[in-house]
Amino acid sequence: MAIVERNDQAETKSKVFKRREIPAGLWIKCGGCQATIYSKEAQKLLNVCPKCQYHFYVSAQERLEQVLDAGTFEEWDNHLRPTDPLKFADKKSYAERLVAEQERTGMTDAAMTGCGMIRARRVAIGVTDSAFIMGSMGSVVGERLARLVERATEQKLPLIIVSGSGGGARMHEGILSLMQMAKVSAALSRYREAGGLFISVLTNPTMGGVAASFASLGDLVFAEPKALIGFAGPRTIKATIKIELPPGFQTSEFLLEHGYIDRIVERSKLKSEIARAIDYCGW
Amino acid sequence: MSSEVVTAAPGLEFEEPILTIEGRIRELERLGPANETVEEELRQLRRQWTDETRRIYGQLNPWQIVQVSRHKDRPYTRDYLNLAFDEFVELHGDKFYGDDRAMLTGFAKLDQQKVMVVGHQKGRTYKERSACHFGCAHPEGYRKAMGKMKMAEKYGLPIICFIDTPGAYPGVGAEQRGQAQVIAESMYLMSQLRTPIICVVIGEGGSGGALGIGVGDRIAMLQYSYYSVISPEGCAGILWKSHQFAPKAAEALRFTSAHLQGFGVVDDVLEEPLGGAHRDHHQMASRMKHYLTRTLAQLREIPADDLVQQRYEKFRQMGRFLEADTAAT
Ligand SMILES: [Zn+2]
Repeated sequence: MAIVERNDQAETKSKVFKRREIPAGLWIKCGGCQATIYSKEAQKLLNVCPKCQYHFYVSAQERLEQVLDAGTFEEWDNHLRPTDPLKFADKKSYAERLVAEQERTGMTDAAMTGCGMIRARRVAIGVTDSAFIMGSMGSVVGERLARLVERATEQKLPLIIVSGSGGGARMHEGILSLMQMAKVSAALSRYREAGGLFISVLTNPTMGGVAASFASLGDLVFAEPKALIGFAGPRTIKATIKIELPPGFQTSEFLLEHGYIDRIVERSKLKSEIARAIDYCGW
Repeated sequence: MSSEVVTAAPGLEFEEPILTIEGRIRELERLGPANETVEEELRQLRRQWTDETRRIYGQLNPWQIVQVSRHKDRPYTRDYLNLAFDEFVELHGDKFYGDDRAMLTGFAKLDQQKVMVVGHQKGRTYKERSACHFGCAHPEGYRKAMGKMKMAEKYGLPIICFIDTPGAYPGVGAEQRGQAQVIAESMYLMSQLRTPIICVVIGEGGSGGALGIGVGDRIAMLQYSYYSVISPEGCAGILWKSHQFAPKAAEALRFTSAHLQGFGVVDDVLEEPLGGAHRDHHQMASRMKHYLTRTLAQLREIPADDLVQQRYEKFRQMGRFLEADTAAT
């Protein structure tokens, strides 16, 4: 279900590269307002453009630091490693691609899960990182999330999942990646039965099989401003219906207007908004 | 000798030798009561047909299987309802937006057993096909399906899902009405329903649009259907930068019935009549009926709590990964 096709992917990928390769103290161009801004200034604002509030990419690691009380994150299931069940190869074999992505990002796969504190309340938290093969969901992402949800159920913890995925399911793992959607959704279904509070946070981009599974199943759904969120990629839609897409189509604001998002939350307020929701729900 | 022009549809050129023999058989049969020489020729042609069809269908590659799964004469949900069921009472009503013709839902009787059927519908004529968006359902289709499945649970009817879609519809309206949301909710719902669910991929199992009605106690596939995370064309466009590499992508994605059974995603593969289901709807429908009846009888024996638990475990174990701790030692 990697619906965002070629050009989108190439674009996003190069952006990710650029972002990762910005040494501190340089001038960078904002993808939102095109203004040239001092990167240190954006970093101070949690990677948000000071001029237009455009939310740049943040890694899973940085996200955890932004949301959790300092030094409280305890990672779960980091010992799970992706494998290559299809012996998949396009121009590069999936096995090689995995090694390259692991070296480039320092992650073992596209999601980190575990527990930590938010304003001294213990929570279960998962973050997908859109830099690792587009933040796509393969077996490891699915398994880490399913275990996260199951532990949150057993330990009666509030659950937070921050999504960022341009690809949705990971096609290199074929049908097994598609089935992760059902697997994580089934786990969430049990979590809800048990009375849990699931806060889903959507970031740029949240598409395809990630949008069409756990990301849409929050008791509360928050989104960062101006994120691209949807099922089918804009280019696929354009190619199918052959008309221009309405302005602002598939943005957080568009989804809010159509009733699929509860709140648009700026990055600087994410932690306090999550804490407040947990407080209201008493979970 | 043959005056009948035989041409295969694009992508189905591999069927040409079969079509040529079929054309000659039809021609001889049209001549009416025949003499001994003609009878002998017919016998030979039928033997030839069997050999040739067996040879060709015995070595279909994944891309050819995709073509068979998309064959314009392939039996659709509506055909199974007509041929394998005793009655079908269509229920429309998503109670929210509109009636999606790409999703058929309703009461049906299978050998006097009352069931709820949910299935994608592609449409046979051009008019039907465009009304059905070629089997690509909108959010209202999934909402309709969810409503009927909840009803089935309430009144103790088992659910049978026929999956046959290139994918959920990619459009402005579909996004505005929550395509991602409904697919997620449908999987979520199906994982909890306290009634038996059998899902059968009868043609195309196109990613999330297929999985949206694909969570069940038994997952079956027709021999020449495919079930994939992405269409071969879509995958080729992303990874090979051109749709022309779809046959390569079809190979790489390992999405045929044999592969999926190997991955533990599919429980049963229904063998198709020689030369594919499009050659013999009646025989395919009769195999379908037999499979559904037998499987329902098994599932009805399982108490609802166990059924839901087993369904959870079934999907829970899907995926392949390594556990580094154990791998290291
Ligand atoms: Zn800006």
